[in-house]
Amino acid sequence: MAATSQSTPPGVGVARDDAEGMDYLVTLPSRFVVVYLPILCFLIILLFPFYWMGLTSVKPNAELIDRSVNPWWVDAPTLQHYIHLLFNTDYPSWMWNTMLVAVVATMLSIVASVMAAYAIVRIRYSSARWVGGLIFLAYLVPPSILFIPLALVVFQYGIFDSPLALILTYPTILIPFSTWLLMGYFKSIPYELEECALIDGASRWQILTKIILPLSIPGIISAGIFAFTLCWNEFIYALVFISSSENKTVPVAVLSELVEGDIYHWGPLMAGALLGSVPVCLVYSFFVEHYVSSMTGAVKE
Amino acid sequence: MATQVERTGSATVSPMGLWSRLKYDRNWLGFWFMVPAGAFLILFLTYPLGLGIWLSVTDTRIGRDGVYIGLENFEWLNKDPVFWLSVFNTFLYTTVASVIKFGLGLYLAILLNNQMPFKAMIRAVVLLPFIVPTVLSAIAFWWIYDTQFSIISWSLIELGLITENINFLGDPNNARASVIAANIWRGIPFVAITLLAGLQTIPQSLYEAATIDGASRWQMFRFVTFPMLTPIIAVVMTFSVLFTFTDFQLIYAMTRGGPVNATHLMATLSYQRAIMGGNLGEGAAISTAMIPFLLAAILFSWFGLQRRKWQQGESDD
Repeated sequence: MAATSQSTPPGVGVARDDAEGMDYLVTLPSRFVVVYLPILCFLIILLFPFYWMGLTSVKPNAELIDRSVNPWWVDAPTLQHYIHLLFNTDYPSWMWNTMLVAVVATMLSIVASVMAAYAIVRIRYSSARWVGGLIFLAYLVPPSILFIPLALVVFQYGIFDSPLALILTYPTILIPFSTWLLMGYFKSIPYELEECALIDGASRWQILTKIILPLSIPGIISAGIFAFTLCWNEFIYALVFISSSENKTVPVAVLSELVEGDIYHWGPLMAGALLGSVPVCLVYSFFVEHYVSSMTGAVKE
Repeated sequence: MATQVERTGSATVSPMGLWSRLKYDRNWLGFWFMVPAGAFLILFLTYPLGLGIWLSVTDTRIGRDGVYIGLENFEWLNKDPVFWLSVFNTFLYTTVASVIKFGLGLYLAILLNNQMPFKAMIRAVVLLPFIVPTVLSAIAFWWIYDTQFSIISWSLIELGLITENINFLGDPNNARASVIAANIWRGIPFVAITLLAGLQTIPQSLYEAATIDGASRWQMFRFVTFPMLTPIIAVVMTFSVLFTFTDFQLIYAMTRGGPVNATHLMATLSYQRAIMGGNLGEGAAISTAMIPFLLAAILFSWFGLQRRKWQQGESDD
């Protein structure tokens, strides 16, 4: 901390980046203690469970329950748990179910949200502001107070225990969020573009599909990515509305189908948890910036 | 526009007039665009929300329609020590987890706001716990907390700090601390990354001015960073509190409410009563009891948003 008061601005630091601000007043050794070391600690703690998952998933069963060997490392890595998962269980079909539900629910929600956000921001029908506020409120209604009545509703509509139950209920989580996000995006598109199109005789639908949509592709990708990860993460609806093993989604199935009796098969469980995280992580790694912008955008708007 | 509609309106019998009104009138057009989103939200959100409140005043069971029984469910719950334990647990869980998440999240955000190599990559990695499905990481924690083979117990024994395994999920207070720790682990990235976005909007010139005035690092934080960040903190923490308060997955995956109901939250208790026990009415009553707290959180968030708009000098758009 004492180093902070040293007034020795090294010229190198100033030229780098304008976002750097007053950082150049801090010397390297003190930066190491005040910044890098704490970040390293955070990273180790945040990543440890993943290391542990990966390590457990390649450990042979004998090593898992042997207390004499060092558990932090693996002596004879094996893929037996993954092979067991892929060929002896319904894991591939759980993956397929989750993928199907997530993709279809995301697409439905994005289409509905684009139309709703356009109507609220640009058509500005009377009471549009109120509807915008209500949609924000809908965003804050958590699934854990809705699942009991929704189970009845799903049963009444006759879609209990089918992927359709999830495809139709997930949008209630996704639409409020993505509408809210897209509203902010559409507001940033200049009105003049739309007026020109109106004068040229375009209909509202043409304006939406030919002018607004191409301009808001980044926003739509952001909303879509976030919606996709939310779907993949959803648990309580999938737990309550799906009862047969082959229709389950990955999070529910790993917990209910891979845990057998009192002996937990930690190898396959960890392998299942890790494999189930791969699709979201892949999607996320390709669109990190979009994801971050949608997560923070929803809060900042 | 209005006069035009009125003029054709006198001849509503002609299909052309009605058609063009449905097609060009601002309100009708808005209505058509709202239909898909509105249908989803009314059928699967508003209607169930109302139905839930109605269920809470009936004695519905799975497979049998209930009749109106007034506030009997709530009176029953009021006398039920397990319900009050779950309320206590929910508040403990929410308060402790949110406070620590906020503290560590803000600290991490401030750290990440520094200039450093691989900044984008570090930020992407930090978010991983938030991306991975909660249940799947909860299973990993379950294994980390295993009574016999816990890696934490093993390491502490090797270091000579303790002599026997810690009973993480078997002892009521240990179990509470363990699930709270897992929740914090998952929640920090969200708080940190959203607050980081807030930090990046603070103009550097304020810090330059503060430095010239001789402010210390703590003073800069206290009198520049914190006031500028207050509105976004209000919103982020409302979300965080809301999601912690209604948490279900983590508890269900790790303890299912045990040992002896020590980790039951209101959400897991309502699942147990309604779906496992078949008492839909009673489960719905527990859910309904959560609504007042949620409303309080929502109002708080709303005022946070309003204040932010006002602070930025944004017009009431």
